Amino acid sequence: MLIALAAVPILIAVAVKLSSRPATPGRGPLFLDRITQNGLFVAVTALVVCVPLFLPLTIGVVAGDTIAGEANLGTLRYLLLAPAGRIRLLLVKYAGTIAFCCAATATVAASGALAGVVLFPVGPVTLLSGDTVSVGESALRTMLIAAYITVSLMGLGAIGLLISTFTDAPVGAMAATIVLSVTSQVLDNLPQLDWLHPWLFSHHWLGFADLLRQPIAWTSFGENALLQSAYIAVCGAAAYAKFLNKDVLS
Amino acid sequence: MTDLGARESHTGGMYSLAIETHGLVKRFGHRPAVDGIDLAVPRGSVFGFLGPNGSGKTTTIRLLLGLATANSGDISVLGKEMPRSLASVLPDVGTMVEGPGFYPFLTGAGNLMRLDSADRHAPSSTRRQRVHDALERVGLGHASGKKVRAYSLGMKQRLGLANAMLRPRELLVLDEPTNGLDPQGTREVRALVRSLAAGGTTVFVSSHLLAEVGQMCTHAGIMSAGRLVAQGPLDELRSSGESHVLIHTPDVGKAAGVLSRLGLVPGDATGTGIPGNEASGRDGTLTGTGLNGMAPEAIVAALVTGGVRVRGFTVENASLEERFVSLTGEGFDVAG
Repeated sequence: MLIALAAVPILIAVAVKLSSRPATPGRGPLFLDRITQNGLFVAVTALVVCVPLFLPLTIGVVAGDTIAGEANLGTLRYLLLAPAGRIRLLLVKYAGTIAFCCAATATVAASGALAGVVLFPVGPVTLLSGDTVSVGESALRTMLIAAYITVSLMGLGAIGLLISTFTDAPVGAMAATIVLSVTSQVLDNLPQLDWLHPWLFSHHWLGFADLLRQPIAWTSFGENALLQSAYIAVCGAAAYAKFLNKDVLS
Repeated sequence: MTDLGARESHTGGMYSLAIETHGLVKRFGHRPAVDGIDLAVPRGSVFGFLGPNGSGKTTTIRLLLGLATANSGDISVLGKEMPRSLASVLPDVGTMVEGPGFYPFLTGAGNLMRLDSADRHAPSSTRRQRVHDALERVGLGHASGKKVRAYSLGMKQRLGLANAMLRPRELLVLDEPTNGLDPQGTREVRALVRSLAAGGTTVFVSSHLLAEVGQMCTHAGIMSAGRLVAQGPLDELRSSGESHVLIHTPDVGKAAGVLSRLGLVPGDATGTGIPGNEASGRDGTLTGTGLNGMAPEAIVAALVTGGVRVRGFTVENASLEERFVSLTGEGFDVAG
């Protein structure tokens, strides 16, 4: 899955490089038109492209598999009899999911940066606020965006973990997690439901533009982190309650 | 139910029963899978947990090991109350529950390493050595580096046994350990169980194979439709089964009459119906069941007084199989 994720930015970079027409500003994914001027934008563009579907897809697969996958293999009962301890197992599984969130975004960012440096000129970057920052500073900003997206995905990871405690079929848990992530984004686009929007876990997913201003506006980062930790707390508590009382019959 | 004397001798700190349950009930929906069982597995015994498919054996084992929660009843394992002491008891219990479960993408040794490292208290310094020893012990030494995906069912079963023996255990709980094993494998498992028992380990082994239990167990319990219908030392179980008499005589009809008067149930041992053999003068064989503790010599005396020419008379104890069938019913249907 990490390889597939790494392929996305490379695909973007190669496609932009090969097309002779310069991309029309304002069309296509965010920052796409800037890539030809500065390779550093490949990583940011790739992250933007991956956030709505690609990254949630991989997180859904990993998080949905946590408990249900073990149950399906029949290894869950042996882990519990080892004894691994139910709380400990749940914590380790969630830690694994978070590790994957980090690895996934880092992979996209790193592969994007590499493709950008190889295929396009690299220079100081003009931010959304009009200021120009050095290459090193912009690399730092890219890492910040990757961190922002990692945090964004943690809530989804907790949802996947919770769903995974309910079933012995990993595919079902994966699909349910991914469907939820898409549903949340669809609801977030319906203006009639604007009262609901601040509560949707995907509401701040694309809100990392503030990190490209000078000085950095941390409000969206903070709001996102708060929302995600609320999801982690609620889903984590529910997963704990469910898993602690679960009859392991697989 | 045959009760064990050991329960009365239960002492404070040291336990005499490795597994003890009182009124254990587990329901799935409204249907009770385990319906009020009182298990008593003496320490140091090899306890055969018998029962037809669907009689609640595996569910009971899940309850004992804290994989599932009982609706009511008490459990104590190794003298400690379960599931409260789960974390301190389980490291001393080696288990194999409902077949092996392993990661197909890891090697045999890799699987054991992973499961062992899941136990916080397992010393990691001896891990490699312990995994190696356990694999050697079940005859998987040469296949330890192979991916489990390529293992046969019997090899997975052996790997499951190796997992149960990763550490010195006080209690082994083995659910159908010889499933899928070849005859040599079955023999090895029996030998393994005996050697472990000789070392002081209590072994609780579930099975639907009577011969297997007869060959390696000292005690047995018999489950039927969620209830424990009998338990105790194997010899006691065998002898408490209904014994019957076999009578060789030419006067089959007359003998049947005498047996009926004595309150026994006469039957035909040859399975051809009771023939009137008096005329031909040839011997027939008659069985009599329902002795109810009547002395065999009294039966012989009554037969002779009744003018039956008794040419042979045997008292036969019930085999474990007869006992099993009489307790669990003849039917082949899985208990719903």
